[in-house]
Amino acid sequence: MARRAQPLGAALPLGLAAGALVLALSLGTLGAVAWRAEGGTGLSPADWAAIRFSLLQAVLSAGLSCLLAIPVARALARRRFPGRGLLITLLGAPLILPVIVGVLGLLAVFGRNGMLSAVLDPFGLGPVNIYGLHGVVLAHVFFNLPMATRLILQGWLAIPSERFRLAAALGFGPGDVARRLERPMLREVLPGAFLVTFLICITSFAVVLTLGGGPRATTVELAIYHAFRFEFDLGRAALLSLVQFGLCAAAALLALGAALPTGFSGGLDRPLARWDADSSVLRLQDAAVLSLAAGFLMVPLMLVVVRGLPGLADLPPAVWQAAGRSVAVALASAVLCVGLALPIALAATRLGGARGAALQGTGMLAIAASPLVMGTGLFILLFPVANPVALALPVTALVNAAMSLPFALRALTPAVAEAARSHGRLADSLGLRGLARLRLVTLPRLRRPLGFVLGLAAALSMGDLGVIALFADPDQATLPLQLYALMGAYRMEQAAGAALLLLVLSLGLFWIFDRGGRVNAAL
Amino acid sequence: MKLPIIAAAALCAAPALADTPVLTVYTYDSFVADWGPGPQIEAAFEETCNCDLKFVGAGDGAALLSRLQLEGSRSEADIVLGLDTNLTAAARETGLFADHGISADFDLPVAWDDPTFLPYDWGYFAFVYDKTRLETPPASFTDLIAAPDDLKVVIQDPRSSTPGLGLMLWVKAAYGADAADIWAGLAPHVLTVTKGWSESYGLFLDGEADMVLSYTTSPAYHLIAEEDDTKAAAAFAEGHYMQIEVAGRLAASDQPELADAFLRFMLSDAFQAVIPTTNWMYPAVTPAGGLPGGFDTLITPDRALIYSAQEAAQIRDAALAEWRDGLSR
Repeated sequence: MARRAQPLGAALPLGLAAGALVLALSLGTLGAVAWRAEGGTGLSPADWAAIRFSLLQAVLSAGLSCLLAIPVARALARRRFPGRGLLITLLGAPLILPVIVGVLGLLAVFGRNGMLSAVLDPFGLGPVNIYGLHGVVLAHVFFNLPMATRLILQGWLAIPSERFRLAAALGFGPGDVARRLERPMLREVLPGAFLVTFLICITSFAVVLTLGGGPRATTVELAIYHAFRFEFDLGRAALLSLVQFGLCAAAALLALGAALPTGFSGGLDRPLARWDADSSVLRLQDAAVLSLAAGFLMVPLMLVVVRGLPGLADLPPAVWQAAGRSVAVALASAVLCVGLALPIALAATRLGGARGAALQGTGMLAIAASPLVMGTGLFILLFPVANPVALALPVTALVNAAMSLPFALRALTPAVAEAARSHGRLADSLGLRGLARLRLVTLPRLRRPLGFVLGLAAALSMGDLGVIALFADPDQATLPLQLYALMGAYRMEQAAGAALLLLVLSLGLFWIFDRGGRVNAAL
Repeated sequence: MKLPIIAAAALCAAPALADTPVLTVYTYDSFVADWGPGPQIEAAFEETCNCDLKFVGAGDGAALLSRLQLEGSRSEADIVLGLDTNLTAAARETGLFADHGISADFDLPVAWDDPTFLPYDWGYFAFVYDKTRLETPPASFTDLIAAPDDLKVVIQDPRSSTPGLGLMLWVKAAYGADAADIWAGLAPHVLTVTKGWSESYGLFLDGEADMVLSYTTSPAYHLIAEEDDTKAAAAFAEGHYMQIEVAGRLAASDQPELADAFLRFMLSDAFQAVIPTTNWMYPAVTPAGGLPGGFDTLITPDRALIYSAQEAAQIRDAALAEWRDGLSR
């Protein structure tokens, strides 16, 4: 057939433009920093140690997160129970949690003065020592288990329910279902989930490293910060940033190469029923898995709530103003993120093949970018033409949108591809194209991931401290910045209150959007 | 979000305001916070100067210097306030600063003769502990090394934190060539190394560590602002390293007279009296009213340790290597 299966339309130029913008934000800013550098030294032995530590902890963290996420996602996929929707939303909480809030919560459980140590104390054990490589990995699993679960769960939900119906009709047991349906799905989904978690962990910055126990727990991102702050060595910062891109790109190539498409054909979106998992042993197993995961993820959060309540009453007005600014930035960032992700996903799907993958890879670049390098690069680029400080909030919204883009693409692209695979030919034969096709065919199938993406981008932006810290005047402080300001002024109780506010706002934003995307959906 | 818009509209509608000269002071964020010295100092200076004093917060001391280095001579800043003596060598090297030409009677434990930078406050680094949790604190670094391993301290990274850098230089100033051994001895007691002071102090208050690297003046905050007298600083026999915070005038300033007036004002009572209970440091020139009640309960080290700006810049990299290797051993 000489004619393209699907017309390219306006999505292609829009997608390419969005890709170019991300490219400018990630590599363009790096170029600006390198250009501004005077000389600069090469990598020191300490830098190499940072590279090794980054890789080690990221592989361990991502591997463990994904491994633990499989049973959790499987349990969520094959069980229906009251409060399941709420549980899924709450399980998402750690991912969108501002890192500092999460670490405080983890310490309240696993710290030397935490709950676990208190429980062990009467038995003459403890205190628990969380500080070290294992602490860093524990914190990363806490933050990323929900993300990995969510990505793998989407894979499960993407298996058409007719498949399970057929499996039941053929008398498949759990083992057969795993072999015929679930393992092929995992082969497709796991490399991507591992990649995303790996990329989040490898760029991990200082707060998680609070649990690292010493100078050995230094990541490349932290080394970049040191290069800026301690030596003002822009050349070394740019070089380290380039190393980080290289590590991430290598990981991405490996992961994408390992992914195999499943080739499930389309379904009729019928409600899912799982006859294969109807035994009491499996039910108990799933209940245990879900209880453990919920406990691990929820108890630290509950302690953040308990500790924050006393401080919530007397938060200074500056905190509420900062909260307002943060919500505004988060909403703008969410809209921008979808505005970038949707055209890229559509264009990448229609381009297909290597060119589609290249476009999608460009969209993912931001995750490998150092927010510090990005912020400094933008400062260098903006300073000659405008006052960067006056632009702090719009710049933050844009950078946050770019930072959320990889997650958005991970959630959107498979759904777009699936919509094209299952309904593309029908839409072609009906002559549906352009906006009508987007509205009638594609968007209804994207509702769930779109809601997820909007919520995720808003929440991630809410908790982000990265770029704003470089630009902002305290008059423009966002809530995380204000939280640090309170901590920096001995006001730990108010800071705990601000942390609770941040938690409520992040979760609230995520819940509203995610809920909106799931109206009428069975998830 | 509405207020700035209204304020901006009001500014546009009142061109008369544009004639008021603006003095721009770059400083660290906590100086400008609602509870910091900034608001009171701004009000006091604007009463006398017939000008608009504009504080611009830019992270912390080191971020302040980076910002200035990025902006170069096109910076809007007239004054930079908030560098310390560990940063002044690099700041001087930028060639952006002008000499102040001011002499004053400083109440510093050491002599001050820097022609470019003027101190506005100072303090001693110290390990702060909770008297209800730790009855007999170590009285020196060697005491701390000899203490049982479960006595934990939390410190900051010298590459990302001012107090962290202070501790690194403290050990170097006290032990010279033996600094690496001291760090190796301290390693089992170091619970963790945080990026900044806030994280460390938070860990300490949460009961994670027995002591935290902070300032001798930290207990004064708890005493005066929270009426809590359980915190104290451990006096170390080796002496305590100092931090001196300074301000300087930029050569490219378009308001040199105002900048000069501000630097003089900085050493007057109106500025200095605000410092102890907002910045929680010692004023560089003790105001006529003396120090606030509660400061008399603080420890006063017998020996003040400090490197000159030049020395600090020279030994920094070697001391950092000792710190890293010692703690990683």
